[in-house]
Amino acid sequence: MNALWIIARRELAGYFNSPVAYVFLVIFLLVAGFLTFTAGAFFERGEAGLGAFFGWHPWLYLVLVPAVGMRLWSEERRAGTIELLLTLPVTTWQAILGKFLASWLFLALALALTFPVVLTVNVLGEPDNGAIVAGYVGSLFLAGAYLALTCMTSALTRNQVVAFILAVVLCLFLILAGFNPVTDLLVRWASPAVVDTVAAFSVVTHFDGFQKGVLDTRDLLFFVSVIGFALFATGVIIRSHRAG
Amino acid sequence: MIRIENLVKTFGTKRAVDGVSFTVERGEVVGFLGPNGSGKSTTMRMITGFYPPTSGSVTVGGHDVAESPLDAKRLIGYLPESAAAYPEMTVESFLTFAAAMRGLKGEAQKKAIARVVERCFLSSVRRQSIDTLSKGYKHRTCLAQALIHDPEVLVLDEPTDGLDPNQKHEVRNLIRELGRSKAVIFSTHILEEVDAACTRAIIIDRGRIVAQGTPAELRAMSATAGAVTLEAQGATAEKLSALGRVESLDGVFRIYPRDASQAAVLAAAIIELVSREGWKVRGMFSERGELDEVFRRITLPDTVKQ
Repeated sequence: MNALWIIARRELAGYFNSPVAYVFLVIFLLVAGFLTFTAGAFFERGEAGLGAFFGWHPWLYLVLVPAVGMRLWSEERRAGTIELLLTLPVTTWQAILGKFLASWLFLALALALTFPVVLTVNVLGEPDNGAIVAGYVGSLFLAGAYLALTCMTSALTRNQVVAFILAVVLCLFLILAGFNPVTDLLVRWASPAVVDTVAAFSVVTHFDGFQKGVLDTRDLLFFVSVIGFALFATGVIIRSHRAG
Repeated sequence: MIRIENLVKTFGTKRAVDGVSFTVERGEVVGFLGPNGSGKSTTMRMITGFYPPTSGSVTVGGHDVAESPLDAKRLIGYLPESAAAYPEMTVESFLTFAAAMRGLKGEAQKKAIARVVERCFLSSVRRQSIDTLSKGYKHRTCLAQALIHDPEVLVLDEPTDGLDPNQKHEVRNLIRELGRSKAVIFSTHILEEVDAACTRAIIIDRGRIVAQGTPAELRAMSATAGAVTLEAQGATAEKLSALGRVESLDGVFRIYPRDASQAAVLAAAIIELVSREGWKVRGMFSERGELDEVFRRITLPDTVKQ
């Protein structure tokens, strides 16, 4: 357990040792603000809620989360430090979880820095703060699911750009599976059961509940399963590189 | 401390390591020699638990690397061939990370870092980030990482690669010194290092051990081992050939002993002949044998056939 936190700390410090962390935070906050206030028409809606804010998160994370996670394993493999890391007295799982948690914490920090939007909506009206908290929890798990998938694609290649693109494609699939235009298209030729199954794989469907303030265990379980599966796959990929 | 039995590693259809067995005890420095792609690094990666062996076993300090990898890894200090270190970290923070991963905390951690910084001559770059370092410094930073927990077993993959002659000399001295109390195995293709640092050498070629022994034993396998080279005014090949096979070039003669028993007395016999004939000796020395000649003879034939 100890080794896990040492790895996580090193990884987290790695973000802040380079300008990447600051550039990312600024871009994240700017884009989140733009989407909420301009594209999401926050003020014009006249609602005391953060629907305009959270609604964009599946799309916002689509590009930004893979950007945070793409270097996790590909960079270790490219630089050869993976050999150093995995010959230290740690298990592969500790290394995978340590790295994942570091990036997840970093994303949590980025998300926490959006607090002014909570203040704004509280000043302007009387929102359901329970729903807002649920929204943040959902958003964090959404980011975690994307991040775990990025870990997996990052373990597949030495090239960060390839890892990034693969991660975006996978995450896009998870959004589109439940995106209305896509489900509408499916309804025309597939049976409702198929449509439901495909939609069940969508992060949008599962994220919706959180936005409404409903903490459904099934939704939570979905995100935890995606994270668990993707990290397990990461372990299998890393083992297979070494098994030859 | 290191016990390897019938180690095999295949990548696809290629057998990178093909049935290697050897042991390294405490107090030994074993040089691991072989041409590029002969399986040196692959073997070392299996010792350190990075590659799982296809078959066979590696035991380090009594712990099977496949079954209790953490216990085995704790005993090992490893310098990978790439000598990789996290480029964005400073030397100090990198060593702190390595020390923490080895369970060193507080005062013990500080002491360990100070010790390896001094040993590996890193004090001038302590606060510099690793990606700004020259190759030699990067290499020594990674070596420092391998030494940080004062391990009982050291696995060093080309520890002198990329160092300048002074640094090479220092690192060889360091290896020899560490070898007194630890089990050390290091790979190299610089043969003079075998003489400089090893108590024993293993030559591996295409995944198999082709020769092993002390540097002197290996050298004795050389064709020139035991021959005497003589440069003397008045000397003739006819007279010398009574003592053994003679090669001559520009007035320099090389006399080969007929067999091993004669090798010991050859020089004395030549001196006797020289004084009897009254030749004026300009130079005379016994050949100890050339390691690189042995190395080439053992590892070359098949390479050439292909």
